[in-house]
Amino acid sequence: MTARNTYKRPMTGWYKRLPFYTRYLWREATCFAVIAYALVLLTGLWRYTQGAEAFNAWRAALSSPLSLVLHVAILAGFVFHSWTWFEVMPKTIPFVRMGDKRVPDDVIVRSGVMAALAATVVVLGLAYWALK
Amino acid sequence: MSTEKRIQIECLRYHPEQDKEPRLQTYDVPYTDDMSLLQGLQYIKDHLDGSLTFRWSCRMAICGSCGVMINGVPSLGCHTFLRDLGPGKVRVEPLTHFPIQRDLAIDQTDFLRKLESVKPWIINQTPKKPSDGANRQTPLQIDDYYQFSECINCLLCYAACPQYGLNPEFTGPAALTLLHRYNADSRDEGTAERMAVINGENGVWGCTLVSYCSEVCPKGVDPARAINQNKINSTKDYFLRFVAPRGASKG
Repeated sequence: MTARNTYKRPMTGWYKRLPFYTRYLWREATCFAVIAYALVLLTGLWRYTQGAEAFNAWRAALSSPLSLVLHVAILAGFVFHSWTWFEVMPKTIPFVRMGDKRVPDDVIVRSGVMAALAATVVVLGLAYWALK
Repeated sequence: MSTEKRIQIECLRYHPEQDKEPRLQTYDVPYTDDMSLLQGLQYIKDHLDGSLTFRWSCRMAICGSCGVMINGVPSLGCHTFLRDLGPGKVRVEPLTHFPIQRDLAIDQTDFLRKLESVKPWIINQTPKKPSDGANRQTPLQIDDYYQFSECINCLLCYAACPQYGLNPEFTGPAALTLLHRYNADSRDEGTAERMAVINGENGVWGCTLVSYCSEVCPKGVDPARAINQNKINSTKDYFLRFVAPRGASKG
């Protein structure tokens, strides 16, 4: 076969080429918000094992202005992460059928979001009940 | 007839024997509301510059030959109207992530090799004879694969996939989708032969679910779905070998 003198274009800055790619990278990057909040909770657990005084100090630290700003940022990251993953959830599972009909993708997406909201309400309810 | 509209089509040009790297060339093209971008390119070739090279055949989104980047988005030239792009300037480039062969024509060799690797045909362990009768399928069995069989190999999904751009060894959206199309077919018995491609370093796990492939597909095939369903199959295949060792993973 004739040698082809082809030209390969570089991938530099590919994530800036289309808003779709930038959004994808934000979906991936916001996993750090999930990790950050897991660390906050684990710190609480660790402080809990050190006694009531340490645990109360951790709770006091949570209400500092810096902590509140961090929590708002983490919440925003969490919401975006959850939303964008539920958006692609139908692609990750085999066809879901009710009888002979396929369940539409948007129903699957909405079910995921509703389940996440329901779990959030339950966890908030439990936390409220436990700390009352 | 003074209402003639014009559009500036800026093409990426590359001559493999003269150019070190691609360059842009702009053509001023008159157009009517019923003209596709492909017709704009044909106008250039017929009236302005006969050296412009591009692929095309059917003009009706069936053959998959005329895929190009239109303003950075992988699209079929015949499936995009100039009226939606003009007036002003539109940039047309060859499908990205592929080596440019000349002007708007890319080198498809890599894809053809991958397509062959997934054995995109129905495999029967014991070949059937006409006397065995027809392979009957229920509508539900057809529904399992029909959407994925609509692929026209236009390669827009490869141009949409940054993972393929970053790692050209990745089997990629269309080939993996056609793999799934045959694995999901109740008449096929070749799943075990295709598992090596699915499970391999450059199989389904090379996909990070960017899912732009499904956005740009002109036939609604949804390659991201085909690939990610097989992450479940790959996981099952991996763990089931410990429970019931069999030939599935021998590849």
